[in-house]
Amino acid sequence: MSVAVDPVPLVEMSHISISFPGVKALDAVDFRMFPGEVHSLMGENGAGKSTLIKALTGVYGIDSGTITLDGEPLVIKSPAEAQNAGISTVYQEINLLPNLSVAENIMLGREPRRFGGIAWKKTRAMAAELLTQMRLDIDPASLLGSHSLAVQQLVAIARAIAVRARVLILDEPTSSLDADEVAELFRVIRSLKDNGVAILFVSHFLDQVYEIADRLTVLRNGALVGEYRIEEILRIELVRKMIGKEIAVLDDIDTRTRAQAVETETATATAVPFLEASGVGRKGSIEPFDVRISEGEVVGLAGLLGSGRTELARIIGGADRTDSGEIRIEGKPRRLSTARSALKDRIAYSSEDRKREGIIEDLTVRDNIVLALQADRGWFRRIPRRRQDELAASYIQALGIRPANPEALLRNLSGGNQQKVLLARWLAIAPRLLILDEPTRGIDVGAKAEIQRLVANLAEEGMSVLFISAELEEVLRLSHRIVVMRDRRKIADLPNEDVTVTEIMGLIASGADA
Amino acid sequence: MSDIRVKEVSTGGGIRSAFNYLAGQLRQIGLFIALIVIIIFFEIATPGITLKPINVSNLIVQNSYILILAIGMVMVIIAGHIDLSVGSVVAFTGAMAGVMITQWHLPWFVAIVLCLILGAVVGMWQGFWIAYFKIPAFIVTLAGMLTFRGLTQIALQNEQISPFPDEFRALGSGFLPDLGGGQSFLEPLTVILGVLAVLLLVVQAIRGRAARKKYNVEDEPFAWYITKLAFTTVLILLVTYLLASYRGTPIVLVVLGLLVVVYSAVMNRSVFGRHIYAIGGNLNAAALSGVKTQRVTFLLFVNMGVIASLAGLVFTAQLNLANPKAGDGFELDAIAAVFIGGAAVTGGIGTVTGAIIGGLIIGILNNGMSILGVGSEYQQLIKGLVLLAAVAFDVYNKRRSGGH
Repeated sequence: MSVAVDPVPLVEMSHISISFPGVKALDAVDFRMFPGEVHSLMGENGAGKSTLIKALTGVYGIDSGTITLDGEPLVIKSPAEAQNAGISTVYQEINLLPNLSVAENIMLGREPRRFGGIAWKKTRAMAAELLTQMRLDIDPASLLGSHSLAVQQLVAIARAIAVRARVLILDEPTSSLDADEVAELFRVIRSLKDNGVAILFVSHFLDQVYEIADRLTVLRNGALVGEYRIEEILRIELVRKMIGKEIAVLDDIDTRTRAQAVETETATATAVPFLEASGVGRKGSIEPFDVRISEGEVVGLAGLLGSGRTELARIIGGADRTDSGEIRIEGKPRRLSTARSALKDRIAYSSEDRKREGIIEDLTVRDNIVLALQADRGWFRRIPRRRQDELAASYIQALGIRPANPEALLRNLSGGNQQKVLLARWLAIAPRLLILDEPTRGIDVGAKAEIQRLVANLAEEGMSVLFISAELEEVLRLSHRIVVMRDRRKIADLPNEDVTVTEIMGLIASGADA
Repeated sequence: MSDIRVKEVSTGGGIRSAFNYLAGQLRQIGLFIALIVIIIFFEIATPGITLKPINVSNLIVQNSYILILAIGMVMVIIAGHIDLSVGSVVAFTGAMAGVMITQWHLPWFVAIVLCLILGAVVGMWQGFWIAYFKIPAFIVTLAGMLTFRGLTQIALQNEQISPFPDEFRALGSGFLPDLGGGQSFLEPLTVILGVLAVLLLVVQAIRGRAARKKYNVEDEPFAWYITKLAFTTVLILLVTYLLASYRGTPIVLVVLGLLVVVYSAVMNRSVFGRHIYAIGGNLNAAALSGVKTQRVTFLLFVNMGVIASLAGLVFTAQLNLANPKAGDGFELDAIAAVFIGGAAVTGGIGTVTGAIIGGLIIGILNNGMSILGVGSEYQQLIKGLVLLAAVAFDVYNKRRSGGH
């Protein structure tokens, strides 16, 4: 496509402003989408990406500004109206019904009818056709909840495609997909593009954006920074525009961890580790495993979704019970049967599911931060209000939580800021072992770097960390030692010396022929 | 952790405006305005009877047990549960009070203490099944509704018990002693209490605002703060004036006032209270943070049991009668009060004062419609629509403001 002049935009949003109580989420933002193009919306947490998307899909009303579709002014009052206008969305959190079948999920709301009831055969056939088109080999009659998150994500996309959308919005569609699944998704996106669909693609993975997008719009703090064609803008420029300043290079962390890796290894070979699990397992969830975590050591857990990495973390964090083996803390046997008992030993588990197992939306930032510390102190040693305010203020400052208002309700914060509040909750109890399950998922580059730097600093000061991430680069960058999981089994445990992403991937992938 | 330095809190609230603040408080403002509008409406419609001293006094006394129940109920609902058994527990407590006083000849104060303990035991029974056995509260308390009604009938052998000693009856329908000896134009003790209440309120409000200012977390516009304070002051003084020109302060109002103050503090400041909000807001997150979720739930129902038995004592004392049919439908009034008062159906949101205002709205509707001679069938109909409208307003509001 050698375009000298831009074609006519399919969607044009001009001067869109939206406010929430206490926050101006969007301030006179312009955004355009062209048929047959993938347009990527870039920005940090709280930049206003989700808000802009929700304005386009009718979830939020706009305070001022106009939206046109094909040159016609469009007032979108509800997601249903957006869908009728041909605007389809796949949200970051999968909005499907796990209690219904795959076919029903795809066809929900537009099931073919027969004698006033649902024509089940036809429903399944239509769903099956779409699935085949996406080369997804699953039974349309199976329960959605019985499939992995990645498959559910693809089903969500199948559902969006099924309405013959002219505009398809994909909000972080790849955050839980592995490389093959991403390639599969991109293949689907490209074919939709060829059919003239305008696609809005939001992702925190720069590689993926550069692979698939034709055009970028950058937002920062609710305002428009600019619109660029992908070939016009270098990555480093893009990152600078997103965060508005040069980010400190992460190489610093890299060299520090590696130097320390060798150090800790020699130092702890003889000493009693902080935590030692031997033969610990849970039927139907994870095969018995051994793991040692020393003081000040960062142990990275690598593996695919469903490889047992989260299950291992939950057992050590006391969130799930074990049915075999033994866990020793500093040499003494312990039963970590509840999160509370793990917390007694200063082991904190930060769940991967921020919304369901992390934040309390209707409480304030302050309440959320002091929660674990107060629970630990018990009912009769209340943290004085003054101290609570100080704690909240200091973590807001240290972690850069925005808005910097301890009394803001958590539901009004962006995902990345909610994650920081959770980190603050755990740091407040001064854990000796902090288990971070996907702490950087769905978080922008700047916040990700901040969290990584924080983990490295904490470890230097003697805190042990069990770090889980789907991004192998991140695991390698931070960890002193790497435990590789596959098929609910621990398959390798190696010091982080000259290990490469490719090697780890090799280990993970070798399961295919095992 | 030394890298987390305690730095000075950044000043300035950014782009928050007074308008945004008020928009966020729409629910509370709406509730308050609704109460005022209803009062004014009935004052004009009845005409002039609603705010007569004797009617205001009766209104407080006759709604006291629902308001007491609403305090316990709002806590249960914030935690994401429900209690359908409170009406039966009211009856059961009343019955046992009757049996203890008239058949066992126990002194009235011993009977009161025993009944409160009995309420705690009832709460333990239900709390055990809900918190530790994990049966939904809806089922456990539905069962409780039947069991305690049955126990009431067994205890009373399906007959009524009456009368009760005067000291006991004072709990329901008595007044604090008249310091003016019935001679003064306004009863002095009531005036003193009213003025004290206003002083406490003002001191509390000023201190609260100063503290929030100090930590830079104040975003309430000054004008609104003053309006709210002035308004509440006028309201308290008005009620004080009306009560003082009749028979003075009802004892049950003192009980109710203490409960509101204590439980507001429990919900806002105590660890127990904050943990109730936490488990109602997100049970899994609370458990992973080390909150003793089962114990909180258990104690919550023990507390509800005690509050229900207190309401039972007040109700029995007021009627001077222990009746097998007592308390029928109280649970529904209490639940309605809580939801009109702004609690969320999904748990995690609600306040004690909201529940009280919700209860007052129902009480004034009942009272006003009775004065107007509206039949009970229409009263039910109107209360039902008010409840629906209040929750609809909530849901609409929440949708409009959105959530990220």
